[in-house]
Amino acid sequence: MNQTSPGPQTGADLHYQQALAQGQFLIQRCGACSHAVFYPRMICPHCGSDKLAWEAPSGRGTVYSTTVVRRKPEAGGDYNVALIDLEEGVRLMSRVDDVAPDAVRIGMAVQAKVLAREGGSLLVFVAQGGRA
Amino acid sequence: MNLKDLRGTAAIVGVGHAGLGQANGFTEMEILVQAAHRAVADAGLTMQDIDGICTASVAATMWSMPVIEHLGIRPTFIDSTMLGGSSFVAHLMPAIHALATGQCNAVLVCYGSTQRTSTLSRAEIGRVRKNFDPQPYETPYDPLSPLSSYALAAARHMHQYGTKREQLAEVALAASKWAQLNPEAQRRNPITLDEILASPMVSDPLTVRDCCLVTDGAGAYVLVRADRARQLPNKPVYVLGNATAVWNRQVSSMHDLTITAAEESGRRAFDMAGVKRSDIDVVELYDAFTINPILFLEDLGFCEKGEGGAFVSGGRIAPGGDFPMNTNGGGLCCVHPGMYGIFITIEAVRQLRGDCGERQVKDAQLALVHGNGGTLSSQSTAILGTADTL
Repeated sequence: MNQTSPGPQTGADLHYQQALAQGQFLIQRCGACSHAVFYPRMICPHCGSDKLAWEAPSGRGTVYSTTVVRRKPEAGGDYNVALIDLEEGVRLMSRVDDVAPDAVRIGMAVQAKVLAREGGSLLVFVAQGGRA
Repeated sequence: MNLKDLRGTAAIVGVGHAGLGQANGFTEMEILVQAAHRAVADAGLTMQDIDGICTASVAATMWSMPVIEHLGIRPTFIDSTMLGGSSFVAHLMPAIHALATGQCNAVLVCYGSTQRTSTLSRAEIGRVRKNFDPQPYETPYDPLSPLSSYALAAARHMHQYGTKREQLAEVALAASKWAQLNPEAQRRNPITLDEILASPMVSDPLTVRDCCLVTDGAGAYVLVRADRARQLPNKPVYVLGNATAVWNRQVSSMHDLTITAAEESGRRAFDMAGVKRSDIDVVELYDAFTINPILFLEDLGFCEKGEGGAFVSGGRIAPGGDFPMNTNGGGLCCVHPGMYGIFITIEAVRQLRGDCGERQVKDAQLALVHGNGGTLSSQSTAILGTADTL
């Protein structure tokens, strides 16, 4: 007996990247256990089900941890790398863009923003209520 | 059969290393083979006695094959499981199984790297890895790999538990003091806590002195069944427990950046060994970064979660302290050729043999070795003991 669903038309990674290229940030949610899932996967890492559906998250999140990568000014200067917890309950790596790299604080409320750039779109975050 | 039945059934009987620091003019295979040759000789065996091999490489995916070829052996047991720096601690358990079943009789565990003197730069290796080992949900943000992942863990630990940079620096200071007692250590110049704190920041809150060395080096050890070990020249160092745990690859996939899979590997290794934390005489923890031992001391149960910073302070883990840790000077000050797990194992064996000279921990009978790999991704714990602990 076949217990699995017919399966998607493309892999989860390509689906995600194609949506991001259109300016849309998507996460997955498991139809079996209801957990939100990120990064994009083929089965739910919580329960093993392959019933993962795409949804647009609120984009609201909180900085879980942050670091400043030190780089010489001539190479572009210091930059931020942060882990963000989305209110849907998933964590991802990104950066906070509209404040100085060393002004990013754990616990800071942030909002997702899809940045169009050369070589593909990038998901970044900005301070909630801050400049977009 | 129970895992506890394997307690003490195998022993490390030979250790060797080569090319520590800068192995100018040598390939990584050549120093690996030198280390292997020395470990086999130290065991009182010949290369023809070796019929089991465990090895792994940072770069070569089929590494066991050229190693077998170069050594000229015909092993009946081969394990090339690659878990990053913890691999050579994690190789213990499959080797013990293979010895117990009679699949083989003498296992050589070996590693070598000329990362320091290689013409292939770390940046170049990084670029290759982006294709061969993709992490498309982290790489676009250019975290220093692996440094920034550990920096994120340190920042979170500081936020959550009030851990201070001074406490991270205590780990680096103790490593420096141990290294000054070890003629083989690569970074032996004295340094003060203030100098460590004032060293250049790389990925906040970690400075260059919070980071391990980048050196060349090769190490090897030989494992045989306990009955045979007793007939060989060295004092056998028995493997009482070993367990490995992996919960994630990427730091962004960790559920809690302050809790590593060492919690599981440690619990399972202690269960197998049947010893208490307070019985351990010497501890060798993989200190790629200063936050690592703080996390591992907590996860392995030597202190409560969040108390690691206080635990390492006041010289407790330094020479003369009541908790001898990373007695060779660690990855921070002794040697760190890409993957360091083989060297913590070798140091624990030497401590239990009583071979450590100025840095010898008096009457050491029980040692804990803890390897880490990736970005806090793989954790392997081993508990080693002398004949008195069987």
